Amino acid sequence: MASSTPSIFRRIEALPIIIVFILLLALFMYLAPEVFLRPFIYTTFISTLPPLIFLALGLTFVIGAGEIDLCFPAIIAFSGFTFAILFKQYDLGWIAVIATLLAGSVIGFLNGVLVAKVGLPSFIATLATQFFWAGMATVLSGGKSYALRGVEKSSVYSVLVGTPFAKPGSYDWISQLSIQGLWTVLAVIFLWFILNRHRFGEHTLFIGDSNAVSRVVGIDVDWEKIKIFTLMGLLSALAALFLTLENKNFFGNQGEGYLLTAIASVLIGGTSIFGGRATIIGTVFGCFIIGMIEAGLVATGLTGAWVRTIEGIVFLVSIIFYFLIDEPQRRAAFFARIGMVRGFGRKRTAG
Amino acid sequence: MAGSSDLAASREETPFEHAIRLEHVEKFFGPIQALRDITLSIGKNEIVGLIGDNGAGKSTLIKVMTGVLAPSSGRIFVRDKEIDLADYSVRMAHDLSIETVYQDKSLADQQPLWRNFFVGRQITNRFGFIDVKREKEVAAEMLLTSIGFRGVGITVDSTVSQLSGGERQGIAIGRAMHYNADVIVLDEPTVALAVKEVRKVLDFIRRIKASGRACVYIEHNLAHVHEVADRLIVLDRGTVVAEIEPKDMTVADLTEYLIQLQQHTA
Ligand SMILES: Nc1ncnc2c1ncn2[C@@H]1O[C@H](COP(=O)(O)OP(=O)(O)OP(=O)(O)O)[C@@H](O)[C@H]1O
Ligand SMILES: [Mg+2]
Repeated sequence: MASSTPSIFRRIEALPIIIVFILLLALFMYLAPEVFLRPFIYTTFISTLPPLIFLALGLTFVIGAGEIDLCFPAIIAFSGFTFAILFKQYDLGWIAVIATLLAGSVIGFLNGVLVAKVGLPSFIATLATQFFWAGMATVLSGGKSYALRGVEKSSVYSVLVGTPFAKPGSYDWISQLSIQGLWTVLAVIFLWFILNRHRFGEHTLFIGDSNAVSRVVGIDVDWEKIKIFTLMGLLSALAALFLTLENKNFFGNQGEGYLLTAIASVLIGGTSIFGGRATIIGTVFGCFIIGMIEAGLVATGLTGAWVRTIEGIVFLVSIIFYFLIDEPQRRAAFFARIGMVRGFGRKRTAG
Repeated sequence: MAGSSDLAASREETPFEHAIRLEHVEKFFGPIQALRDITLSIGKNEIVGLIGDNGAGKSTLIKVMTGVLAPSSGRIFVRDKEIDLADYSVRMAHDLSIETVYQDKSLADQQPLWRNFFVGRQITNRFGFIDVKREKEVAAEMLLTSIGFRGVGITVDSTVSQLSGGERQGIAIGRAMHYNADVIVLDEPTVALAVKEVRKVLDFIRRIKASGRACVYIEHNLAHVHEVADRLIVLDRGTVVAEIEPKDMTVADLTEYLIQLQQHTA
């Protein structure tokens, strides 16, 4: 059979975004060498990026399936509250962890039922449940925050977010390496295999491609969607755990800042907003880029207000990039629209 | 029986008369009744042509038959055993060795061909992880023998969106051929194909007959169905209005007959 070698952009997953990441890193190293050429910023990333990465991993499946989840900030609030109260007031330790993951999964499951069985568009369904669960978390917590003083002595803390190489009195970067990094890497590898090598991942992408086609090839579309939203709920609860433990504090709106950054990370990474194509590696680098911009711009002396602006630009540029590079039909349509018609030279007809 | 797998052989143990039988099947889409009181059967080794006007309900009928759509009422039997309609699904139809080429899209555009060949019944280990190497090998073999392919530039890693209409049709048919099912349902399989490729589809249907299996063949081109079908079922506005033995009629007579039928029922 004639074999055409696919371009290098197709052979290496998420190559464009990896290149952008390297360029951006080089830029920051040049602009703020005292920050980016020393290890501490990277050890800080290891303990601050995991919640974003967990959320973005879940969203990669949701968006890959052609759906969206806006509820996860509320899942963080509600499951984070579950953890804080069970851990602090009832002193339940690991049981609190399990209850937290369960709470997140159940909320995700209910979202899935609303989308798959009731048939609501996921945008509407999860917008509504986002209000509901955030409201519940506020009502139940009375709007209070929970400081988890002394949490670092618990096994929950040391297993999930501890610093295994820490030695008393030592402040070098190795002693600051957080074990969260390990859990995150394992989750990334595991979910990469699920998306690319497991039946569930294949079904996710087929559903994102077309619900109708997925049905006729024998995929149980409703059930798979419920599983996808449940996974999102579980990963949001994990994000809540890491966030709450790392901050040693729970507060009701700790998840809100992630709504747009997590979605942006996934799309910057190259997962298609229309579903059907998704990349775990791209998502991870998308998270790196978002995290680096947040830290880097501040380090280069720009104010926090600029961070969002620059993020917006990076987001927009990358979306346009994928439109033009990855999808020849859209590229053609785009050039046609801006009047650069090549080929048949058909005139644009009015109306 | 040529080319039967172990699975097919074990199915042979209990003898049966009809591959598929429908009794009093009705299908409503909201207030629209697409199928009314359909009773028909497909013999164990019979090629049945299903013909009728656009919108007569042919595609709806085979979708009910193959688990895509649940009937509003009625009963379905496969190999003379009644199916519990609450459980009936495409996957179950696959398990019962019923393979279908649907008229509308049945390939996912952005996914590679090898995934399209196997989706819904992947080759996996017991944890559900796909054996990618094996799937690609089998898919490459299928691609070589697929109808409508000249083997230029298309590999198993190509996405469906890169294919022409005829190539897509060829892939869908190739997939059905591969699974070597006892009942093969084809909904207008030749529409997008060039003349030479249409011949191959008709040859394929003849091989189904020769190997002792059954086929339901929906086709607007009367010459084609007439050539291969043992029996023709005529559908009109959701009901069966006639059953014809093609050997009793020439294509011209058949055409005349159908035109007459339209005028009577109009
Ligand atoms: N999902 C659906 N929802 C509503 N109505 C439908 C649906 N599918 C089919 N119909 C209606 O049912 C009737 C039968 O359609 P069907 O597709 O079975 O016709 P057909 O005989 O296959 O026609 P053709 O030869 O054009 O393919 C049509 O009136 C069609 O509009
Ligand atoms: Mg049809």
